[in-house]
Amino acid sequence: MTQLKVKAGTKPEMAVEERLKALILAGLDGDDSAYRSFLNELSGRLRAYVRKRLFHLQDEVEDIVQETLLAVHNARHTYRADEPLTAWVYAIARYKLMDFLRMRSRHDAFNEPLDDYVDIFSSADEEPANDAKRDVGVLLEQLPDKQRLPIIHVKLQGLSVAETAHLTGLSESAVKIGIHRGLKSLAAKIRLFS
Amino acid sequence: MKTDEFISLLSTGITPVDPHVQRRSLSLALVLGAIGAILLTLIVFGMRPDIREMLVTPLFWFKVSFPSAVAIASLLLLIPLSRPGTRNISARLWLAPSGPILVIWIAALASLALAPQTERMNLIMGFSWRTCPFNIAFLSIPLCVTITWAVRQLAPTRLRAAGAVAGLLAGSVATMAYCLHCPEMGIPFWGIWYLIGMLIPAVLGAIFGPALLRW
Repeated sequence: MTQLKVKAGTKPEMAVEERLKALILAGLDGDDSAYRSFLNELSGRLRAYVRKRLFHLQDEVEDIVQETLLAVHNARHTYRADEPLTAWVYAIARYKLMDFLRMRSRHDAFNEPLDDYVDIFSSADEEPANDAKRDVGVLLEQLPDKQRLPIIHVKLQGLSVAETAHLTGLSESAVKIGIHRGLKSLAAKIRLFS
Repeated sequence: MKTDEFISLLSTGITPVDPHVQRRSLSLALVLGAIGAILLTLIVFGMRPDIREMLVTPLFWFKVSFPSAVAIASLLLLIPLSRPGTRNISARLWLAPSGPILVIWIAALASLALAPQTERMNLIMGFSWRTCPFNIAFLSIPLCVTITWAVRQLAPTRLRAAGAVAGLLAGSVATMAYCLHCPEMGIPFWGIWYLIGMLIPAVLGAIFGPALLRW
């Protein structure tokens, strides 16, 4: 946090703050594309922030970046235009990072860390679609409904999030969370099988 | 999932966000929780029989103003604590709940100093000191539920502090409701037993906040 205060005084950081703030405020009014650029630029900043603080765990960085983006998304109604965006975002990033480290130190006693799930996913992209689909079908069966259905509808059948929410009776953010968590545990399962 | 894909997933089909969620959920929580606490007071303990007379007694309103002031101070603290990024809560705001406590303690000392020796023990212990704090903690249950619900709609990042302040808010509003029943009129009694009653949910909030408010 101290580092942030120093940075906030310099000009380029203020420009970023102002640009991101304009984007999120437009996003809060329902502008998708502004919101997408906000999340895109934010993800770069978050990645740098997390990477710097997790030098032993580089493989977890992308995971925490996504968890933090999801947290920012779910907490977006708590942002107030009269407050600095930097402080708001970094409070969330810090919270998610601490949460991750706490969970990890608890789990480490029992589990081998899941290190390179990001790599596994990028290599799976190059597999022919048919093969991947068959494998995923088996693995999907093992997921709970609220993760499996969103993945099937959105990722395999190409429905929109809103349509899936309507079909399954889940809320839109539950669909998004289901896909996120479901793909994560699929990645873990794929790792177990290979 | 790649982060790019994840971002388009999050940003697709978003709807405008209601900027008043915080105000609305906290006020709903306070209203519903307070109704719950008042109903419990009336059903379980009963209204004090001399309430009509009390409504025109300044000392009664002084008594009600003590938990009310604690409630206002803790609400002012809970608002920033239930959102991310307000780490710089001023020291004055942190200390706000202690203001009414100090006032009541000074008034208590004054009333003890003025009272005859034989009356002092009565002023401190009243006749319900054994049950009073637990009655208040009991009345705070509906408020604890509704306030926890409201804070969970938001995004606290300092869970222990948010839990403690939410508990204090629940306890102080419960104490306001308890004033409808409690016949104790000794200022030292309020300064000790009402305060303990308000602190029970606050301590429980500090203990369970991290588990209950995690998101």
